[in-house]
Amino acid sequence: MFKIARFVGKSNQLQNVLLSRCLATAAAQTKPASTAEKTTPATSEELSFTMNLFRGQIESSQVFPYPEALTADQEDTVKMLVDPVQKFFEEVNDPAKNDTLETVEEKSLAALWELGAFGLQVPTDLGGLGLTNTQYARLVEIVGKHDLGVGITLGAHQSIGFKGILLYGTPEQKAKYLPKVTTDGKFAAFCLTEPSSGSDAGSIRSRAVLSPDGKHYILNGSKIWISNGGLAEIMTVFAQTSVPDPKTGGTRDKVTAFIVERSFGGVTNGPPEKKMGIKASNTAEVFYEDVKIPIENVLGGVGNGFKVAMNILNNGRFGMAACLAGTMRACTQKAVEFATTRVQFGKRIDSFEGIKEKLARMAMLQYVTESMAYMISANMDNGSKHYHLEAAISKCFASEAAWFVCDEAIQIMGGMGFMKETGLERVLRDLRIFRIFEGTNDILRLFVALTGIQYAGGHLKELQKAFQNPTANLGLIFEEASKRVVRSVGLSSPPSMDHLVHKDLVEHSRLLAKNIDAFGQAVEMALIKYGKNIVNEQFILNRLANATFDMYSSAVVLSRASRALNENLPSAAHEKLMAETWVFEASNRVKSNLKSVSKGNYLDSFTKMNSIGKNVCEAGGIVQNNPLNF
Amino acid sequence: MARVLVGVKRVIDYAVKIRVKPDKKGVVTDGVKHSMNPFDEIAVEEAVRMKEKKLVSEIIAVSCGPVQSQEVIRTALAMGVDKGIHVEVSGPEYETLQPIHVSKILAKIAQNEKVDLVIVGKQAIDDDSNQTAQMTAAVLDWPQATFASKIEKGDKELTVTREVDGGLETIKCKIPAVISADLRLNEPRYATLPNIMKAKKKPITKVTPKDLGVDISPRIEILSVEDPPVRQAGVILPDVDALVTKLKEGGHVP
Repeated sequence: MFKIARFVGKSNQLQNVLLSRCLATAAAQTKPASTAEKTTPATSEELSFTMNLFRGQIESSQVFPYPEALTADQEDTVKMLVDPVQKFFEEVNDPAKNDTLETVEEKSLAALWELGAFGLQVPTDLGGLGLTNTQYARLVEIVGKHDLGVGITLGAHQSIGFKGILLYGTPEQKAKYLPKVTTDGKFAAFCLTEPSSGSDAGSIRSRAVLSPDGKHYILNGSKIWISNGGLAEIMTVFAQTSVPDPKTGGTRDKVTAFIVERSFGGVTNGPPEKKMGIKASNTAEVFYEDVKIPIENVLGGVGNGFKVAMNILNNGRFGMAACLAGTMRACTQKAVEFATTRVQFGKRIDSFEGIKEKLARMAMLQYVTESMAYMISANMDNGSKHYHLEAAISKCFASEAAWFVCDEAIQIMGGMGFMKETGLERVLRDLRIFRIFEGTNDILRLFVALTGIQYAGGHLKELQKAFQNPTANLGLIFEEASKRVVRSVGLSSPPSMDHLVHKDLVEHSRLLAKNIDAFGQAVEMALIKYGKNIVNEQFILNRLANATFDMYSSAVVLSRASRALNENLPSAAHEKLMAETWVFEASNRVKSNLKSVSKGNYLDSFTKMNSIGKNVCEAGGIVQNNPLNF
Repeated sequence: MARVLVGVKRVIDYAVKIRVKPDKKGVVTDGVKHSMNPFDEIAVEEAVRMKEKKLVSEIIAVSCGPVQSQEVIRTALAMGVDKGIHVEVSGPEYETLQPIHVSKILAKIAQNEKVDLVIVGKQAIDDDSNQTAQMTAAVLDWPQATFASKIEKGDKELTVTREVDGGLETIKCKIPAVISADLRLNEPRYATLPNIMKAKKKPITKVTPKDLGVDISPRIEILSVEDPPVRQAGVILPDVDALVTKLKEGGHVP
């Protein structure tokens, strides 16, 4: 009891610090996390599996059973769409040529417009296909299999470029702009990043000032690394605007989103950037000089730009996981084709365990990514609002998994993998950006950890309130008290997942359940130990985030493999093998991560790494001379 | 303006490796990718182009087979066909459905729908029969223009270029007629995604051979389906003399 009381005293401060911090790190969705504002207890509202991990709770509703979102008709439709998209990539598009030309070939672009690929989720009455997120995922998977450069051209257009109009547009804005970007061949772009504002999206300097007659905003500023920046006619642009501040009575700067047409005048762009990968995708600087934006082109309300930007990104992240699941399929297939024909030492190389382990890991990473992508898309289609942490995890996980899978495919193929002709080197170059853009994986890890911790902190605040009126809140108090008593006498019985999984996976689900219990305790201990300063403990935060990745991915594959077993799919036995192996290894990683956030010698090594990093910076590079000392 | 009937068959996709069923009574079709017979795609494309040139007022696509046959009708609708007719034949009946049955069905529908042209692919890539167009023409007692690589449609007649051994043959025939499409007639378009969505709203009527008064009782019995023979391993000979000796032994050179 004493522990709780001691902590909750600090939680007020923590709440505030975390909130502002989350905003500063481009970590979106502070809304659902700021539970303190809610009148009902947070526990009854938050349905995110990942969020509840931070309280050591299993919130299974979005994970078990594996969600399905397609009606028979929607399934039928997307099945019909698969073929033409596949045919386009097999017969019209040439990814190697696009890469060499550093642009998507004209005939491919024309075919994509004709195919209708630029308006997949635009409502049908506005010229689009009106696809659900799950249907979109299925088609994007095909794109990922074949050409990530084309994928970014398509994604920058519809996953972020005009997504803001879909999500926040007024009926008039939708009617005016969506047909243009769907059937009229007008490219869209999402313009947020600036030379001095990368991960810290709140710090943009572009500014829009209301004209004296109040009819226009005048926009000045510049944006860098804008995908489709050289092509786009319709742009979602974020700029600072001054809004009244009720606290001071004066004004303060807040970000606002605008729909900007190139034809407004004053919009120019730089030459296409030279890049490591996704060369076919146009990336350019965009300049705005006294651009007159009609006030009706404000998107999502004045001052709401940050929320608009973050929700656009949150909304599109599952698409990256779906896309990269396709990429991993293609890489694995290439590696398998090679491994099952290549003979060395008188044996086909797929008979060696070293190769088999590589292929097994590739297959498991693909399975996890694919399972996450479709779980999140289904949750979104089913109307969930609690998918942001999961979407962030899926983006990080997919981009890292795909990098590993492509790299191992190259390794299996040896010299052949290194050759341009094989096509994997292009994929590896293309993949690298996925860990960087749309929220770097580093920022997204902090986002997951901080949002979760803030939620856990909020819960403790509820407890604090409960203590002010103990008689009215006995239930809540006893629940927490008994949890702690059980733990303290070493009789901890973790929350059970037995009923959620197929009977053959119960044993492995218990590994995960134990992890979740231990994780909740570790978070609480960290909160008690660091208080509000937890926001600066990035060694700890990263490890907590990694633990959530392992727990969420384990839950996802347990769910999908359970479905396969329940439905007796032809691949059920194989899926079970992958799920068991994944959960076992993930659970060990969770244990190791949790140890490292609490045990002295681990923490000591963090302190040391802190110093090493500092030393390197002070020395301007590697500190020591080489062993020859010259 | 003319009305056109096109036949579209659902076949195992050309890229799929065919496997014989263990009981040797057919090939494995469960869980195997199917698509529209490529020659039928050419037939559909030709009809759609005629419609785009305003030579044709309506195109009807027919497919005989199990319920999945509607998939290829949908594809045809997405390519520009106006309506579909699904003649439901499934199970053992479908396994023994032959060109003679299909041609009677097509002929009956051609009469019911009062069409002026029947266009079908020259053959299906699964059974390679190459008989349906010819038999349909016979049943209807209409002229036939098979293996067409070019079709010019006049008011009352057609000029058709046919691919024959050693060259091209150009013929004229009266309308109504039955045409079979050869490979070089055209390059079929892709169904675009918006057109696929629109095709969902186009009508497909379902009928049975019985409704049409066509008897589809089997005329054949499948005795056995075999894999093609596996290629024998070759041998490497040390020199030309050995090769010549071998060839003589085998009777390949005198």
